[in-house]
Amino acid sequence: MLDWGYPGVLPTLNKGVVKAGIMAGLALHAEINPNMHFDRKNYFYPDNPKAYQITQSETPIAHDGWVEIEVDGKKKKIGIAEMHIEEDAGKNTHTGQYSYVDLNRQGTPLIEIVSKPDIASPDEAVAYLEALRQRIQFTGISDVKMEEGSMRVDTNISVRPYGAKEFGTKTEMKNINSFNYVRNALNFEQERHQKVLLAGGQIVQETRRYDEATKSTISMRTKEGSDDYRYFPEPDVPAVHVSDDWIAEITAEMPQMPGERRAHYVNDLGLTDYDAMVLTQTKEMSDFFEATVAEGADARKVANYLMNDVNSYLNTEHVDLPQTKLTPANLAGMIKLIDDGTISSKMAKKVFQGILQGEEPAEFAKKNGLVQLSDPAQLQPIVDEILANNPQSIEDFKNGKDRAVGFLVGQIMKQTKGTANPGVVNKLLMQALNAQ
Amino acid sequence: MDFNQTDITQLHADLVAGKVTATELVEASLKRMDATEADVNAFVNRNDEAALKQAQALDAAGIKEDQLLAGIPLAVKDNILTQGLTTTASSKMLEHFTPVFDATVVEKLNQAGAINVGKTNLDEFAMGSSTETSYFGTTKNPWDLTRVPGGSSGGSAAAVAAGDVLGALGTDTGGSIRMPSAFNGVVGMKPTYGRVSRWGVIAFGSSFDQVGWITRTVKDNAILMSAISGQDDHDMTSSHQAVPDFAAGLDEASVKGLRIAVPKEYVSDAIDEDVREVIEAGLKHLESLGAIVDEVSLPHTKYGVPVYYILASSEASSNLQRFDGIRYGFRADDVKNLEDVYVKTRSEGFGEEVKRRIMLGTFSLSAGFYDAYFNKAAKVRRLIAQDFEKVFEDHDVIIGATGVSTAFKIGEDIDDPKKMYYNDILTVTANLAGVPAMSIPAGFSKKNGMPVGMQLIGKKYDEQTLYNTAYVFEQTTDAHNHHAKLGGDQ
Amino acid sequence: MAANLDREQVKHVAELAKLSFTDAELDKFVPQLEAIVELFDQLEEVDTTGVAPMTTATDEVNVMREDVAVKSSDELRQALLDNAPETENGLIKVPAILDGSED
Repeated sequence: MLDWGYPGVLPTLNKGVVKAGIMAGLALHAEINPNMHFDRKNYFYPDNPKAYQITQSETPIAHDGWVEIEVDGKKKKIGIAEMHIEEDAGKNTHTGQYSYVDLNRQGTPLIEIVSKPDIASPDEAVAYLEALRQRIQFTGISDVKMEEGSMRVDTNISVRPYGAKEFGTKTEMKNINSFNYVRNALNFEQERHQKVLLAGGQIVQETRRYDEATKSTISMRTKEGSDDYRYFPEPDVPAVHVSDDWIAEITAEMPQMPGERRAHYVNDLGLTDYDAMVLTQTKEMSDFFEATVAEGADARKVANYLMNDVNSYLNTEHVDLPQTKLTPANLAGMIKLIDDGTISSKMAKKVFQGILQGEEPAEFAKKNGLVQLSDPAQLQPIVDEILANNPQSIEDFKNGKDRAVGFLVGQIMKQTKGTANPGVVNKLLMQALNAQ
Repeated sequence: MDFNQTDITQLHADLVAGKVTATELVEASLKRMDATEADVNAFVNRNDEAALKQAQALDAAGIKEDQLLAGIPLAVKDNILTQGLTTTASSKMLEHFTPVFDATVVEKLNQAGAINVGKTNLDEFAMGSSTETSYFGTTKNPWDLTRVPGGSSGGSAAAVAAGDVLGALGTDTGGSIRMPSAFNGVVGMKPTYGRVSRWGVIAFGSSFDQVGWITRTVKDNAILMSAISGQDDHDMTSSHQAVPDFAAGLDEASVKGLRIAVPKEYVSDAIDEDVREVIEAGLKHLESLGAIVDEVSLPHTKYGVPVYYILASSEASSNLQRFDGIRYGFRADDVKNLEDVYVKTRSEGFGEEVKRRIMLGTFSLSAGFYDAYFNKAAKVRRLIAQDFEKVFEDHDVIIGATGVSTAFKIGEDIDDPKKMYYNDILTVTANLAGVPAMSIPAGFSKKNGMPVGMQLIGKKYDEQTLYNTAYVFEQTTDAHNHHAKLGGDQ
Repeated sequence: MAANLDREQVKHVAELAKLSFTDAELDKFVPQLEAIVELFDQLEEVDTTGVAPMTTATDEVNVMREDVAVKSSDELRQALLDNAPETENGLIKVPAILDGSED
């Protein structure tokens, strides 16, 4: 397999990318194009070895979608104009007099998502990107990581006077590396546009580069009118017809989106809105939560563990959930051990360390002596013994000094080296005391 | 060994029976090239050493009955990639280019044990109708060395006509197999678009390009065509249609009741009288064998040339952008920056005709002109395809001339591109519609004694009817028994 | 109607195609191209109302391969790099890209 812009080489279309495009379209409430073809976008550049990029300019795979964002408590829909499949370019690196071209990733497919001009501020832009990333991540088609290049952002910005209908002249910033940089870059450009226009100047339509060191943008292109991509239908790739059946099949396979999941967590599993929101930040977390609940653990307890102990572990260790040895079965197993009194919440702290290392919770607890004594038949003689040894405490209890109960429990715990189930101990003790 | 007196079927029988060896066949081919090449210049690059080695290996292993093509000397047009063997497209741009893989068609031939004795000359990047635009000098017509062999597969047709090989691969984007076949008195088939994989074929007009064969006989052509056809995962446009054994039923073929359509545009005044006479005689002959000849019209024929030159040039302008001096091939000296690498390399590496097509195509696609040129042409292309569909509703085959003239003189049209382009008027429409078309020897011009080619155009995927008709015609006429006299031939 | 392609237009198209022509070449080229474009302009007389453009002759649709990565060989990689006019450390080397544009 090669491309290299080699003579005689022809493209092949990967079914996976078409399916991924349909999933992304469905996730963004877009309409899927039932009849599509590919086009060539012609331009010379060393990272573009055929000097054309196979893309979809006439018949994008999906169009007219939206995502909802929330900024300062206000909800808003941001429109998606279109989404198209295209091939990635290679990578250029520049040093002094030379540039170096790496064509390893060139020709791999990507999906470009173009928003409508609905975004009114840099904060909305970031909220839009977050919403987009979250939804795409939930489809499972990409891990959408900017630091790894599996999500990349180009932004356009223009300003206009209040009340004006026409958009101003836009500038574009390509390949911004993080959401923060997007915010910074847009803030800088917004101010730059305003200053220029208020001073009676004009904005030049151009591509600019964001420089984090100076937190400013720098003009990249000087040549005007040199962009004429001469698009035409790609003759080497036959048309693709997406049938209703195929869309239905993919719809049925689609993982639930965060919103649906949140509703389910709140309405059916009794979680708070806040908990549901936190658990649906990433697909991994949400999937993990659901799998743990499916193992039979109490949903609210699972939520607590994931949001507190698990999250703090992930933060300290700087790892993602899939990189740990924690499994839904083991987390559920541990919660069940707590629920049925096998381990105390204090013991659970130790068992949790065990399951983080991939240990099976019941076995781990047993191996390390972390099992509560809950059997009344075993505890009764100890209770009796302690009562027999402490007649003064019984007197104190009869005289209404509740403190005595605490003392007796403490004695029993001491005798059992802390393994006695406090609930069972309390119950047996009260029965015995009341019987005196 | 005279390849004009035999065919693949005969040679195969002799090879299996041990009457001749593969080595002897390859030696005969190379010897004939030694005798004719100085005059004809059909080859860009000979493959003597590897061909002999391959033949010796076949002889050592013994050729079995089911290895029909084993040991048969063939040639490959030099815009088809051959691993380890220079592939130039007859351009300075690829003068020293050695491919890292074989084209699918070459791979199939290698697997069948056929022997590639050399790479044949063509118009640079297959752009031309005379082989005069080759960076490696023009090929000459074996029948008359002062005339062109046609193009762009001029080297392939001349190699067959000169008796160097039994068959040669060509490519046909607008007539590049059929035109040279007509000019050289040999058989050329451009199959249905998608019949043969384009993987490893240096692209010119991607929605038109097809690989096909130029051979001396119809049966050889049919045998070879079955061997290279079929769907290929590397070429998404290659067809899933089943590939028949085209040669199997030829001996029983008949034209009785065959419904022949003769487009009036294909026998009009625009066609030289000497050509027309031969074609009309050929049609009468078919009629005498029981065919039904009917005059029809393909009304958009005259727009074929502008439609073709807009669309094929547009695709070519895009396909040839990869020749930029960066990853392979020619790079201009004295380049100061990236723009220099591009502009100097391309301006010095491409010849005039290629640059002309790139300019026409780039223009036709450029902002402000796309609708008037590319898109308009694409619409007329559909009308042309519909013309064919309509005729094929009640006809089996369309027959007319292949070229408007016989082979013209070297240098005659080269400085008048518009006139040169009009030579293709009868061939481009089959490429525009994607239908199969072939050219077969129909006779000789009374005016200059040059061969005249008759064109047969069929329904999509119905190469069989073309082969059947051509075979009957060949077996009942005499044109194919005449051969060019070269290299001391009597 | 040769107005669609004059000398200036030819120069602009050459720029798009990364070609350059000397004045002498243009003197020969421009009239040739004009004549051919005039030929193209004949298409104006064809009524194409309601006709969909035909940009391929293939009858194939929905040709897709399975989503399986195929690894390339080191030999192939090396052979490709050997073909290139200039390389360094497994990368293709070109004179500096000046305008910094990337798509």
